[in-house]
Amino acid sequence: MNIIYFLIGCSVLLALVFLLAFFWAQRSGQNDDLYTPSVRILLDDETEPQDKK
Amino acid sequence: MQPEKFYYDNKIVRNFGIATIAWGIIGMTVGLIAAIQLFKPGMNMGNQYTTFGRIRPLHTNAVIFAFVGNAIFMGVYYSLQRLLKARMFSNFLSNVHFWGWQLIIVSAVITLPLGFTTSHEYAELEWPIDIAITIIWVVFGVNMFGTIFKRRERHLYVAIWFYIATFVTIAVLHIVNSFELPVSAFKSYMVYAGVQDALVQWWYGHNAVAFFLTTPYLGMMYYFLPKMANRPIYSYKLSILHFWALIFIYIWAGPHHLLYTTLPSWAQSLGIVFSIMLIAPSWGGMINGLLTLRGAWDKVRDDVVLKFMVVGLTAYGMATFEGPMLSLKQVNGLAHFTDWIVAHVHVGALGWNGFLTFAILYWVIPRIYKTQLYSKKMAAFHFWIGTLGILFYAIPMYWAGFTQGLMLKEFTPEGMLKYPNFLETTLRIIPMHVMRSIGGAFYLLGVIVMAYNLARTMMQGKLVANEAAESMPLEPVNAATESGWHRKLERRPIQLMVAALIVILIGTVIELMPTMTISSNVPTIASVKPYTPLELQGRDIYIREGCSNCHSQTVRPFRSETERYGEYSKAGEFVYDHPFLWGSKRTGPDLAREGQKYGNAWHYNHMMDPRLMSPGSIMPNYDWLLTQKLDTTTTRTKINAMRTLGVPYPAGYENKANADLNKQAQGIADNLAKDKIKVKNDKEIIAIIAYLQRLGTDIKANKAANK
Repeated sequence: MNIIYFLIGCSVLLALVFLLAFFWAQRSGQNDDLYTPSVRILLDDETEPQDKK
Repeated sequence: MQPEKFYYDNKIVRNFGIATIAWGIIGMTVGLIAAIQLFKPGMNMGNQYTTFGRIRPLHTNAVIFAFVGNAIFMGVYYSLQRLLKARMFSNFLSNVHFWGWQLIIVSAVITLPLGFTTSHEYAELEWPIDIAITIIWVVFGVNMFGTIFKRRERHLYVAIWFYIATFVTIAVLHIVNSFELPVSAFKSYMVYAGVQDALVQWWYGHNAVAFFLTTPYLGMMYYFLPKMANRPIYSYKLSILHFWALIFIYIWAGPHHLLYTTLPSWAQSLGIVFSIMLIAPSWGGMINGLLTLRGAWDKVRDDVVLKFMVVGLTAYGMATFEGPMLSLKQVNGLAHFTDWIVAHVHVGALGWNGFLTFAILYWVIPRIYKTQLYSKKMAAFHFWIGTLGILFYAIPMYWAGFTQGLMLKEFTPEGMLKYPNFLETTLRIIPMHVMRSIGGAFYLLGVIVMAYNLARTMMQGKLVANEAAESMPLEPVNAATESGWHRKLERRPIQLMVAALIVILIGTVIELMPTMTISSNVPTIASVKPYTPLELQGRDIYIREGCSNCHSQTVRPFRSETERYGEYSKAGEFVYDHPFLWGSKRTGPDLAREGQKYGNAWHYNHMMDPRLMSPGSIMPNYDWLLTQKLDTTTTRTKINAMRTLGVPYPAGYENKANADLNKQAQGIADNLAKDKIKVKNDKEIIAIIAYLQRLGTDIKANKAANK
């Protein structure tokens, strides 16, 4: 059943990738503000109609 | 600093949207045909290209990768640009992605009915298409990361995190589950065998559900639901929390598809534990979505788009509660292999994926066409007929699942099986199957109405192919204050991609070497021998015809199963099975111990017309097997390939394999002749009989020898 070790290896590797991504998110301040982003996405800056190509 | 002017690419969103609708209708129509086949065998249409075994994979591939796949790309391409305040990285890559993906789907539509299949569920496509999928997936990834790197908004909204997890994980899953050894242009053997192959397949299969049907849709939910309701998500904090929890836990849940099989029980338990834990992050997402609408339920009453979202989220909540429950061994013992599972996945697919897709289509199409929806009434009709369709689909399927599961386990007071004939249970649930296809037809009707409604919407508006937008450019990062190595790497997207690729490749090679070189430590059973050349060819016909879509090949250690089928399965019995053929659904009886149960003539007549031997059977006729000639030119390469994979055929055996094949075939033909069946020994039917008569007999031989 050594495939189990391979799959666990793959899964751990994947988890490590996600962990690094998580650390990066924390360090770079992605999660510092846990409110504004939810509002920001609602404010879509519709530009003037004459701008349309 | 001046705001920068740029244009969102709406054309690519529109293209993926149209593809979603078109493939959705095709995929669901095929599903409806397959559903009708289960109570009207005539719907198999009397030819080999449209039997249930071949079009059921077509249905699953079409709805998962064509309908849901295109919907994901539509949602991602729309939301990613707006969340990052940037146009997609490359128009060229966007178009390659779009056309490449459609081409892959077309190739699936052609090859699956032709019988080119690996037999791995949801990964049936053969190796050349697997390679194409890999390339197009990388194109999608480069395009997405390219856009992320040139973004004008430093913060990555939670939806984007879901998209990234989707990309990374699907890439890994697809590659690991596609290790195949090609034997010809459209035929390959899985590198892994038996229980190992089963584990890889369900590690993939479950995570395909997780990272293709769930994470991208959660990401889209986090963007589109707040937009639709025009209010922020209930808790951004919860979204971050449940995202990380979800992706860390999901990857371990796969073994719950293999409970009571020969998979080591610690691995089964691992799968169960993680499956139970999944309730928390899954419900985190559902609750976050539903609570976003608190105080806005009046909007739900008026807005059909929000109605779709609410039912979609509710279906998600039900499916993700039921999933962990189904992972409990006791529940699974009853539910597995029955229609209960079919009901479960369709609550998720029709409710969650389908309804979210419809909501997004109804919301996005009028926006990019700068118009209003053509008919709100039609959309409301779609919502109600769709909801009704789900109910008419799911309830009869649950009912059928309980009924059949219980019947198969029922004993008389004397301790005999109450329904020893499997067919009796099949016939009992036929009314439920009729109801289910009515539900499916309702659902499909709704989609067709939507297609008309959206087509009229497009006709009355005009596509804003390039939508103008403005945003401040990102402030350059101050090199003095932020000089970490990662920061430097981040600003070099191409280098980062290359570095990441190298890391992944090194990891893959290191991981792979041991499994490729060390022999498997599955306990071997001395009496288990490799398949003879004729049986091997017969097995490939079994795979081609998709028999494993309805017949499992693994006897679970329950008295109700050992009484019905015979000795429960052992891991050592499957060591030469590239690929494994355990199946996941028993529409017909298990075949793991089929060998020598009936005579050759019985199988011959049964294949010609199953109703001759089992009146009322819903199995299609396989009469072309009686007339089609077996292709023996492939025997040599197949034997060689199997030997490469570790099957101990003696050196040079490939040269005399066909002689052995002919000898065994002649034996079966002679035996059939005794029953007054005249058939030449070079027909496919001979090979499939040889294979069926071999199934599960190695252990019987062992027992006889030990006596």
